[in-house]
Formats: sequence, C-alpha cells, structure tokens
Amino acid sequence: MIASIGSRLGQAVLVMLAVTAIAFVMFRYVGDPVAMMSREDASPAEKAELRASLGLDRPAIVQYGEFLGRTLKGDLGISFRNQRPVVDLLAERLPATLELVIVATILSLAVGIPVGVYCALKPDGALTRAIQTISLVGISMPTFVTGIGLILIFAVTLRWLPSFGRGDVVQIGGWSTGFLTRSGWASLLLPSITLALYQLTLIMRLVRAEMIDVLSSDYIRFAKARGLPPRYINFRLALRNALMPVVTVTGLQIGSLIAFAIVTETVFQWPGMGLLFIQAVSFADVPVMAAYLLFVGFLFVVINMIVDLTYTLIDPRLRTRRA
Amino acid sequence: MNPAALSITDLTVDYPLADGSVVTAVSGVNLMVAPGEIHALVGESGAGKTTIGNALMGLLQAPGRVAKGRIEIGGKPVDIRTGRTEGIVQGKDVGAIFQDPMTSLNPLFTVESQLGETMRHHLGLNRAEARQRSLELLRAVGIPEPERRLKSYPHQLSGGQRQRVVIAAALCCDPKLIIADEPTTALDVSVQAQILKLIRGLADERGVGILLVTHNMGVVAEVADRVTIMLKGQVVESGPVAQVLGAPQHPYAKALIGAVPRVDVKLPRLPVPAQESPGTAAAREQVRARMGGGDEAKAGVLSVDNLVVEYGARGGLFGGGSHVFRAVKGVSFTVEPGEIFGLVGESGCGKTTVANTIAGLAKPTSGSVTLGGLPIGAKRGGLARKALQMVFQDPYSALNPRLRVATAIAEPIAFYHLAATKAEAAEDAALLLEAVGLDRAAGARFPHAFSGGQRQRIAIARALAPRPRFLVCDEPTSSLDVSVQAQILNLLKDLRDLAGLSILFISHDLAVVRQMCDRIAVMKSGEIVEQAPTEELFAAPTHPYTRELLSLVPSLDKIAREPAPLGGAIG
Amino acid sequence: MSLAAPNQPATRRRRLQMPVSVMIGLAVVMLMLAVALLAPWIAPTDPTNVASFDLMSAELPPAFMPDGDPAHWLGTDNQGRDLFSAILYGMRVSIAIGGGAVLVAASLGVVLGLLAGYFGGWVDIVIMRVGDVILSLPTILLALLVSGIARAVFPEAGTAQWAPVILIGAIAIHEWVQYARTVRAATMVEASKDYVRAARVIGLPPLHIMVRHILPNVMSPVMVIATINLAAAVLTEATLSFLGVGMPPTYPSLGTLIRIGNEFVFSGIWWIAVFPAVTLVILVLAVNVVGDWLRDRFNPKLKGR
Repeated sequence: MIASIGSRLGQAVLVMLAVTAIAFVMFRYVGDPVAMMSREDASPAEKAELRASLGLDRPAIVQYGEFLGRTLKGDLGISFRNQRPVVDLLAERLPATLELVIVATILSLAVGIPVGVYCALKPDGALTRAIQTISLVGISMPTFVTGIGLILIFAVTLRWLPSFGRGDVVQIGGWSTGFLTRSGWASLLLPSITLALYQLTLIMRLVRAEMIDVLSSDYIRFAKARGLPPRYINFRLALRNALMPVVTVTGLQIGSLIAFAIVTETVFQWPGMGLLFIQAVSFADVPVMAAYLLFVGFLFVVINMIVDLTYTLIDPRLRTRRA
Repeated sequence: MNPAALSITDLTVDYPLADGSVVTAVSGVNLMVAPGEIHALVGESGAGKTTIGNALMGLLQAPGRVAKGRIEIGGKPVDIRTGRTEGIVQGKDVGAIFQDPMTSLNPLFTVESQLGETMRHHLGLNRAEARQRSLELLRAVGIPEPERRLKSYPHQLSGGQRQRVVIAAALCCDPKLIIADEPTTALDVSVQAQILKLIRGLADERGVGILLVTHNMGVVAEVADRVTIMLKGQVVESGPVAQVLGAPQHPYAKALIGAVPRVDVKLPRLPVPAQESPGTAAAREQVRARMGGGDEAKAGVLSVDNLVVEYGARGGLFGGGSHVFRAVKGVSFTVEPGEIFGLVGESGCGKTTVANTIAGLAKPTSGSVTLGGLPIGAKRGGLARKALQMVFQDPYSALNPRLRVATAIAEPIAFYHLAATKAEAAEDAALLLEAVGLDRAAGARFPHAFSGGQRQRIAIARALAPRPRFLVCDEPTSSLDVSVQAQILNLLKDLRDLAGLSILFISHDLAVVRQMCDRIAVMKSGEIVEQAPTEELFAAPTHPYTRELLSLVPSLDKIAREPAPLGGAIG
Repeated sequence: MSLAAPNQPATRRRRLQMPVSVMIGLAVVMLMLAVALLAPWIAPTDPTNVASFDLMSAELPPAFMPDGDPAHWLGTDNQGRDLFSAILYGMRVSIAIGGGAVLVAASLGVVLGLLAGYFGGWVDIVIMRVGDVILSLPTILLALLVSGIARAVFPEAGTAQWAPVILIGAIAIHEWVQYARTVRAATMVEASKDYVRAARVIGLPPLHIMVRHILPNVMSPVMVIATINLAAAVLTEATLSFLGVGMPPTYPSLGTLIRIGNEFVFSGIWWIAVFPAVTLVILVLAVNVVGDWLRDRFNPKLKGR
C-alpha cells in the first residue's frame, strides 16, 4: 500500500510539473508582457528597464525556477487587465465558485443516486422509461442552454428568481458566503440547478448501470439462493457493491464541475473564478489564465488523490493484503 | 421412515418463446435422493442437469417454467404453478453450492457477515448467537483458526477455503437437501480430494441429501451413492454407482463411460466412434504426402536445457522491492522425433510457462530450447519458428471471430509461401479441414457456427498448415465434453502417425496423459520431479509427489470396469 | 456449466431490431446531415456574406408572429441576418467541427491504444501517463486553454478560416484519450486470446497481427464511443463558441448564434437565442439516442459513460 501511495504521489508531482511548465510557457512566451504593461509611447529604454525588472532577460530555465519559487510562495503575478495581484483576485472569487459547486454536487448526488437505483430495480416500469427519456434529453442539453432556458422561464417570464449575481453576501473572515441570506439562496438556485443537471444525469445513468451489473452477479444469485429477502439483497448488499465506482466518479465530477462552472458563471454573471477566467481569455490576460490553470490543476490533483485514498479505504480488497 | 430429501416425479421444464414455439429443456425426469445419500446428476452440455438445479433453487430465468411434474423437498411439495418453492424456505431447507467460490462470495463483506446474514434471517438468531454457530460451522468444514477467519474477506482466503465457506453457508440452517453444482471443478486435484471427502462426511454425519451435478465421472465414482445420466433433457440411465458405471446398459451411457480416459491401462485408441466426413481418408493421404510423414530424421530432437523463466517487476518507478517470481526453475528434457511427451502437474506448477517458452510466447531468463539444433523463437518467419506450432486450451478464443475458417487456415500457408497461388493455398486449407474430419464447405463459415469440438479441430488444422514437425498441445481437451475429448485425442494420435509429428502434451489430467503419451515428466513448483516412460511411471512411481498425485485422482477405475475391449471403437 | 449462470436455450437471430425511437433518431440525424451538406443551396440567403445583411430589417420576429416578415421564417438577428439561413449554416459548421474532432481523436486514439495494448512496456507507460495528465483536466478547460493560447499567440486564430482548425484541435486533444484507453484495454484482452497467440506462434509479424487480427475485433467499442463522442464534441464546440472563443460572428456556429442571442433575451427578443438552441438540442439528442442504442446493443461493458 505504501508503494501505491508513493506512485500516486509521483504521478501527482508529474502532473503538477506539467501544469506549471505550461503555465510558465504561457507567462513567458504568450503575448508580450512588456508591451501589455507599458504605455503606448514608452521608449525602448523604458521597455528594456521594465524587461529587466520583470526578470525577462535571464535564461529560460532560471526564469522557470524563479517562477516555481514565486508560485510556491503564493505570488502568481499581476493581472494585465486590472493591475492587481492575481492571488487576491482568485481568493476573492473562490468562495462563490466553491459554494456553487458544493450545492450542485449535493443536488446531483441526492437526486441522481436514488433515481438511478429506482431505474435499476424497476427496469420495465413506465416511470423508468420516462426517466430514461428525460435523462437522454438532459445529457443532450449544453449547460448554457439549460441556463438560458431557466432564466427565460423563471427570471424573465415568471420573475420568481433573479437572473444574475449572488444576491447579498455575508463576509466571514476571508470568505464571503451567500448561504446566510435569503437573496443569496434565491440567486444560488438557478445556477446550481443548471450546473447540477448534466452531472446528475451522468450519475443517474452510472448508478443504474452499476446496479444492474451487480444484480446479475454470481454473489447476488448466491444470496438469492440462500433465501435472503429481496429488500435486504437490493439495499444492503447490491447497493453497497454498486456504489463503489460512484465514489470515484463523484470525486472526478467535482473537478469537472469546477470547470463547467465557467459556463454557468458566464450565463448567470456569477462572480466566481470561472467568470474571471473567461474574462481573462477574451482580454488575453495571460497571468490570470495561467494562474487559474495552476490553481485548478492543483485542485484536480488533490481531489484525485483524495478519491484514490478513499477508494483504498472502502474497498477491502485494496485495504488488506492476503492473510 | 424419513421422507426423501428430494423427490422429483415426471418433471418437465420448458421455455415458451415469444414467437409461440416452446423449447423443452427437461422432460419426464424422475429422481429421488434419500437422506444422507449423495446422488450424482451427470451429463454433457445441454443435457439439462443445470436446468433441474435452477428449477429446484427457484432460480429459473424467465420465460422458463416448470410445465409438469411434482417436486418434493423433505416431504413438502413445491408449488409448480408458480415455479417457486412455496412452503419451503430457500436457503433454510435447501442449500446451494455453486461452481466458482471466487464469484459466489461478495468481495466487500466479511465471512462472518455472509454466514451470519442467512442464519439471522431464517432462524432469527441475534448477532452473538449467529457468531457462535458460524464458528461451529467453520470448524465442521475444516477451516483452521475459525475466529480469525470470521473477520477475513473472501480475497484473503485460498480457493479451497472459500469453497469450504460456501459449504458452511449452505449448511448453516440444517437443510434437508443440498444442491452442489460442480463444486470441485475449479479446484486443484489435491484440494478437490479434500472437499469431496468433506462432502461425503457431511452427508454421512448430518443425514442431509446431496444432489451433485457434475460432468466428471471420476468424482461420481469417488463419492456418490447413486447416479443418474441425462441426455438432451431426459434420463437415460439411473441406479447405484457401482452398477451403472461398472456395467452400463443404455448405449449413450456405455459410450459416455467408455469415452472417459482410463488411468489403469493404456489403450491404442479411446473407444468412441470416430467422426469423419467422406473426404477424410483421401485428404489424410494427401496430408501425409505433403508433410513427408515417416521421415522422422528431419524432425530433430526438441531439447530443453536447464530452462529458467522468471517474472516480476524489478522495482517500480517509485520504490517497491523487486518481486521476482521464478515460474520455471531449471527444467531439462528432450522429446525424440515422433514421440508424444507428456508434461503433467497441478495448476501453478509451471507447465504452461514451459509450453509458452517453447512456443516462443515467453522469453526464457536463462537456459536454451532447441529444435534439431536450431534455437527456438530466434527469427520470426525463420525455419525454427515454422517447424513448431501450438494448439491451445480454449476452443472459443482460438479462432479469430471475424475471419472465415478457410482464411484463417490459409494465412500461414500464404505467409510461408507454401503454395504457389491463392487457389493452391485454398485447396491446401480445404484438404486440412477434411483431414481433421470436417467438411470442405465448413471453410466458408465463421467460427461462431461451430461447436467447441469442431473449433478445436479447426485450430488443429491451422496448426498443421505451416507443415510443422513439432506440436505443442496445452490442455487441448480440458474445456471439452468427455465424448468430444475422446474424439480429439484420437485425432491427435492419428495425425501424429500421419504427419510424423512429435508432440509435447501438457495436461493436469493423469488419465488423459496415460492414454496419450509415450514418456511423461511430472512437474511441481517449477521443477521436474520425475521423468519416465509412461508404463513405468504408472506402475512404479518413485517420487512421493507422483505417488500422491496418482492416489488423489478421482478415478472411475475404483470401480471394476469391463475389461479393455480389443481393437478399438465400440458402437 | 454452473448453476450461477442461468442456462437458456439460445434462439438467437441476428436481426437489427431497432425500437421506433432509435429509428426516428437515426432519421433525424440523417436529415440534419443532409440539410447541413446542402445548406448553401437550400438557404434563402448567405449569412456569411455581409452584403446580404440589411440593418433595416434587424431584429425582426419570426414569420408567424404579428410583426414578422414572411421572407424571414424565423426572424432576423441584430445585424439583419436571416436567422433560418444562419441556422442552416450554423448546423453545417457545428457538425463539421464536431465530426472533424471525432475523426482526429479517434484516429489518434486507436493507433496509440493499439500500440500501448500490444507492446506494453514503456510504450504503454508513456502513452498512458500522458493520457492521465490530459485527463486530469476536463475537456472544457483544456479546450479553453488551447483556444485562449492560440488567440494570444496569433491574432488570426479568431478568424473564420482558422477557428475551425483550432477548435478541432482543442477538442481532439482531450478526446483521444478515451479511445486510446478503450482500445488499449480491448487490445490487451484480444492479445491474450488464443487466436492472437496462435498468430504469434505461427510467426506473423506484429504489425500484421495488429492490423489484420486485433484491429477488426476492437473496432466495435470504438464505433459506439465515436457516436456518443460526436454529441459531446458538438456540445463542446457550442460551448466554446458561446463563451466567445469559438466560431466568430462572421461565420457563426449554433453556439455563436446563441451567444449573440443571449444579449437580447431580456429585452423580449427571444428568437435569436431560442431557435439555434432548439436545433442544437435536437441534433445532439438524436445522436445520443442512436449512440445509446448502439452501446446497449453492441457493448454492454461501456454502460455508465
């Protein structure tokens, strides 16, 4: 087990190195930071000074090293667009995205798993067929279409819910939360549903498929042959086996939810990291793009490791060696 | 007088299909199992024995149903209208043992949990009581350190131990009847012997009736009291084991028992009717001409010299020690031209690794393998490669499902330029098909149209296509039904005579090896422990392991059989 | 034969039994493909030709509404472009890019998967590690990065000429991994089967074995993945265009049109966003229906994706 942790760690380091390398390349070579940051009519001498002060005249490897060093200390550069430290920008926007993602995850799990189980247990029911159809539509609708649709219905036509922004937020330490206000929740509703929908459908289909698979396995047949009651077999035994891969998938989904939040935040003008990133892309604000990449890459790596570890803990085949 | 553990009267099981037709799986079956008796239910694939088992367990899959007949378990009738066992509690009055203990147990739950849940549900025991009883059961089935084992997960137990746990689970509520479906097929010979002994003991001690579904005659002879033989859904013969196996009456029963390889005496051919098509004899003559059969000098000797084969990672990228596994630890033997050399041993002894290395599929770590002086596996397309071909165990994965049979056979012919034109190559392929007893027309079809035995014939034809001198056969008949096995073994012998082949024959079945081979080597844990001509080995084995193997084989010959027929085929 | 595997008499007939829904889906896909191909001939106007824009007839509602103009069935956008024509061309672009991305990803993935699965060793390790690194970032992010970097590096990236190429690359760079993984797994399964081992014993060279024996037997999961993937690729392209890093408004895809329309949703001019959105969903839904059925029919192992 130590060996596998070691190799996971090694892989994580590899990924981070690749990510930082890409980020560095972006910083250094994409666009011309000097041109972006100096005035239109700056003289060549001023530009050279700026170049030296930014350390852009030193060899690439050295710059990479410095880049790594700065990153580890938390200095991710200055945004071209609004001249503020990128770290601050990210920190400001992080709570918004995280709250959105957390609510969406809970939503997709809370609905996806039970519905998936139901469909597996009653494969020929009318309700199941209806659900399957709806789920097909669900994965055919891109997030932004769902978002716009929801806005059209609930914000524009019915005027029940707001269509942009976070509502009122409460500041707790460095974290601004929308959980504590009514308007905060009202604003959260549509975006989180939008974000959750795609993932919900995926989880539902996965749970259903796994459950069906498990129900036809030998050990479940053996349990039936031993006369155990169907309820027990379905919910205490089969479900336990079926949920194993769901754990892995959910972990990975959190990562991709953070990425998909980009789209949702754009549609709803939700002030999170995703919106920040998109604005950076359209402005070619490379430091922000690179920093976002770094941060999100790091987040994924951490999440993957946690998922792996959790899996190792819950699967007895991985947890214990042969006695 | 205690009621019979199981009583089946005039049972018919069929599957009404969507288009209105009805497929009958089992018809008019009568069977009785007394308390404490082991009754074997025997038949080849499709005979219906599995269907009966499923019907008794209430595990018949829709649209299957019990159409007619009466089933009583422990004197209580089964309601056949619902096809389910009402009034009789599944798991409590009837226990089940499936074939593969690895998949029977849920990998995520402990032994204690899986044993306990049945008892808690049927007997209303609480946790502590269930635990007590589980311990007793584990001891009864012979598992050492039962307290520790309760906390284990299935993957932590060996195959034999898992099967013991499965048996314990079947016993836990003191059933009247246990249905055991091929309970030892997936186990090693030595473990098999122990489990059979256990089952016999349980029947004797607890008075539970056991219905033992199997295809292995040796197991029947070893442990059963009565036997019922089935063919195509009907009973053809039934009675006490000694009587049925010693002097079978029904022609199918005779053929089936005759087809079982004997371990007591070597016959020139196995006594089954040969399967041939009209063109076979002529084709075989052609094959003999092309392969230059009889000229053994060309073949050369296969010489294996101090072969060592190791597997394993030499330290991963991020630490972890080097886990090197020595599968073959210095094996040496020779195979003379024209002889059939047998390599025998239990699973994991390394015989398959030796076969793979000789065929060029695995790389030796040290030592050498030469055929007629040339090293094997040296060059692709080289002479040595072409001269040595292989027949594998599983006929269902031996053929590319997307290639027509004739194309598959013609491929090596074309590759080695053994035919001048495409037409000639096709003709060669057709000849080979006939030589192995199939029709020419078979060449135009795809593998899925053929049965296991037929596919193996095709695989043999393909192996002969590059005109080899040497054939490696790795368990070529282990996956086949008994009667088909006998035919294929006869075929291999015929082809050996015809084409002047030398054969390396790998098997775990001592009886088969006795029938086929001229000389035999016994392997254990990567080494050869004894090597001798066949008759010597069986008459007077010198190594203790050989003696142990011989004694453990469940064998038909424990029962006095009809003396060996002279000549060959009986009809 | 084991009790644990239920024994049913096999009356298998190899008939292509499609439920009605799948037939409809297939028909829709075919129809949309045909329309997209013939767009230049079917469309009333050419939405890429600036000359055809008539600012005077900008933001007209669809023909069936009170202020509508019968010449423009679905209304016009903010630049006076006929929406119907724009949607036809948009479908063309979306399908072309989605299809292109799938082709590139599949080709790359199948080749790499075959190599990784057959040879194992360091070839396998390298390919899989690269794949793992790529997979640790979601498609959208990777695609955004590629597009974003391309735009920053050379400004022509945003033009109608280059955007499709960049989009295809951006999408394919993530998608090839799933083909590679599946093909690798299937290759490893096939390579352990006796007919491949027999081919090796016969002495056939590795390339011959991979192409002639293994490839035909691993293609069926690829077909299934490709279909489902097409839907995902079209969606990704639409998302990228919606976010502003895809097709430009001068040669819009369905996503671009929705982006344009998004600005006007609040002022009651809903048709610019809604019609392209509905078209997009129908297209993707039809592909998904077919893909789903393919997967259930040919490869139950792929369930859950």
